[in-house]
Amino acid sequence: MKFQALMSSIIAIILGLFFGLLIMIIANPLTAFPGFITMIGGWLNNESLRRLGDLIFLAGPLILTGLSVGFAFKTGLFNIGATGQYTMGMFAGIFVGIYGDFLGPLQWIFAFIAAMIFGGLWGLIPGILKSYFNVHEVIASIMLNYIAMYTVNVWIQGDESLFNVAFSKTRAIDLNAYIPTTFLRDIFDRSAIDFGIILAIGFSILIYFILYKTKFGFELQAVGSNRFAAKYSGIKENRSVILSMVVAGALSGAAGALYFLGKGSIDSGNQYSVGNELMSAGFDGIAVALLGQSHPFGIVLSAFFISFIQRGGYFMQTLGIKVEIIDVIIAAIIYTSAMAMLVKDTIIKWLKGGKKK
Amino acid sequence: MIDQTLEPIISMVNITKIFPGIVANDQINLDLKKGEIHALLGENGAGKSTLMSVLFGLYTPESGQIKKYGSVIKIKDPNDANRYGIGMVHQHFKLVEVFTVLDNILLGNEPMQGPFIDRKIAKKEIIQLSNQYKLSIDVDAKIEDISVGMQQRVEILKMLYRKNDILIFDEPTAVLTPQEIEELMKILRNLKKEGKSILFISHKLNEIMAVSDRVTVLRKGKSVGTLWTKETNPSALSNLMVGRDISFEINKSSAKIGETSLEIKDITYLSPRTKKAVVNHLSFSIRKGEIVGLAGIEGNGQSELAHLIAGLLQPHSGKIFLKGKDVTHQSVRYRNDLGLAHIPEDRHKYGLILDNPLYQNLVLKKYHRSPFQKNGIIQKRKWLQLGNALIQKFDVRSGKGIHSLTRSLSGGNQQKAIIAREIDSNADVMLAVQLTRGLDVGAIEYIHSQILTQREQGKAILLVSLELEEILKLSDRILVIFEGKIVAELLPKETSKEAIGLFMSGGKAS
Repeated sequence: MKFQALMSSIIAIILGLFFGLLIMIIANPLTAFPGFITMIGGWLNNESLRRLGDLIFLAGPLILTGLSVGFAFKTGLFNIGATGQYTMGMFAGIFVGIYGDFLGPLQWIFAFIAAMIFGGLWGLIPGILKSYFNVHEVIASIMLNYIAMYTVNVWIQGDESLFNVAFSKTRAIDLNAYIPTTFLRDIFDRSAIDFGIILAIGFSILIYFILYKTKFGFELQAVGSNRFAAKYSGIKENRSVILSMVVAGALSGAAGALYFLGKGSIDSGNQYSVGNELMSAGFDGIAVALLGQSHPFGIVLSAFFISFIQRGGYFMQTLGIKVEIIDVIIAAIIYTSAMAMLVKDTIIKWLKGGKKK
Repeated sequence: MIDQTLEPIISMVNITKIFPGIVANDQINLDLKKGEIHALLGENGAGKSTLMSVLFGLYTPESGQIKKYGSVIKIKDPNDANRYGIGMVHQHFKLVEVFTVLDNILLGNEPMQGPFIDRKIAKKEIIQLSNQYKLSIDVDAKIEDISVGMQQRVEILKMLYRKNDILIFDEPTAVLTPQEIEELMKILRNLKKEGKSILFISHKLNEIMAVSDRVTVLRKGKSVGTLWTKETNPSALSNLMVGRDISFEINKSSAKIGETSLEIKDITYLSPRTKKAVVNHLSFSIRKGEIVGLAGIEGNGQSELAHLIAGLLQPHSGKIFLKGKDVTHQSVRYRNDLGLAHIPEDRHKYGLILDNPLYQNLVLKKYHRSPFQKNGIIQKRKWLQLGNALIQKFDVRSGKGIHSLTRSLSGGNQQKAIIAREIDSNADVMLAVQLTRGLDVGAIEYIHSQILTQREQGKAILLVSLELEEILKLSDRILVIFEGKIVAELLPKETSKEAIGLFMSGGKAS
């Protein structure tokens, strides 16, 4: 079963990449092949350790937003609000990261926890709306994405200590607020990598444990599979829906902290540019969750892959290829992976048939 | 009075319709004369709706013919039916909620003025029709804003607007209030006066007696006779409807009745949509060691009553006592843990999580208790042990044992799995709703014997069933529910199917 799931994702990836290559050929046949090779790994040729470290750093937030969406999927909810929760988490992280200097070396931990709380609260709202007022979580979450963005923009712009007017960005957080990097940076040639990746993988193990080993997870999944039967068996379905959204929100909030509490590759940290566009991180989480088939460990693998291909797209720009091609490829992969799930049996038969020859 | 010798406008000759595993209509003959109200009577599953769906072109029969004025016609779909002047009001109305009454009537048959719909002409015509047939409607109101009774009148106008003269009504009174039923009866008589021919499906005897000219009775897919309503009476009809077959007796020891385990006191539940009292100031109690059968025609409040007892619905007023404790406002889990087992009516919707493996369904009422969980961690080994023990004990068969996807089990085995789980919960009170619906004879026998074993062990059992035979066979006491009220309490030895059938149709209540 697990092998089949993995195979169907891999086939989806191959088909998606092929589709992307096709688009690139149509756009510009001359740069298509070199660009493609850069994308699927060529970019690691130079400064490879450093680039690998960046890839790993960027995979961390993707794992967490992927877990957020995937966890909600498993419990029957579609958390399209990951972006809003991520934004809220980012704000809380930066706020504690700037105001919390009295916390000393524990500052980053508190910033991280604050981000989870804010994200969780932002998940709580659609959870309550769904449980008690029958408002679909997708509608509520989409609205809340914008509310989060504009609210955070107002909060940041209204506070001189947070906002650097000259650059229209948030100010750098305190040194104690950065997620520790210690020896990792030395190994990876001063890249952006930090212990966030360990946290992210830790969360995926935790979510796996909650979903498959605890009574709580069993209840959440029962509500997700059949809320009527869950109610009949005595599970409080409203409570389950709310808690599930809170957990999902907290994970997205943590993702916001993971990125913005990162030291960055040139020790300047990652700042939030105040603007009127939703951050794509939450939506990337949907792609990660779909490709990882909502399994906590599948999500880790797919987050690494998405991070890999996104970095590839970044370096592809040196050849004059638009970075947006990556979004096209990711979209194509999502489509093919949805189809691959449908035609899984056919593909498996085809694979087995191939072996016999 | 219609002419007895008149040639029928529609005759259905030797209609046979077979669904997988069941003959829904077996060589049925039916004729409808012009200007007649012809009632079709029968229990649930007798084949009434199937027969009418054949006439309306929704089903194609395996054999048989439909004739109009003596010549054979082919009805392949509802459009054909419409062409032959046949219209149907379904039990669940087919109306667009957000459209106006006018647009609903026009839909599919719009009078065109170039590319535009000519609503003016249509409106005039519809108002004229509604006056002619005394069907009061508000043509400009939206469907979602009008009463169920008016929605039904819209459905009738839809047929009249299409110039249908053979009108089929599928259980038209099921959704109406008593006043609306009165109104409908008047409408039916008016339609008849205007020369329409009506087929009227019902299992309520008083309505049939009040409005029909003739009645055809179906039982288990066969026609058991057509009678002149004037020449028959409710008890004769109910006799025909349920049949006289003597039910197969099973060895049942005499009841060893103990104290009261479940008590329902003056409970009322209002339908959230219609605000009608679906369960209406209802009271009864069940004691240890007895099976109480709750008989009734579908939709008389028994489903809601079961959900109220289980805690899935909250009553509007009244109290529920389980083992002497007031559980009216307690959660489902509290009731389960205190001692309530529930075999739900809809086993796919409520009884099972179909996409989970079987063992997870078998532990569904116990997973939260020790030893099936410790400090919030599930004890999978215990779950598997329980699952294996239960499928062995209750002979639940499946492809991959307890790891089978529950969806892959047959209906009978799914029900056995639910029964295994509920019996295993060792609760003092068991709520068994439609215990054997849709199951084959073998599974039914097995399940019945399991229920009787429970009774011998001193459990209090409420058996809610649409099957009179089942009720008579298993119950120590029979309650009859009609329109949300208990209308009779009977002892199986001192009563008959006919008598119960009469109460079920509200026969003696009116």
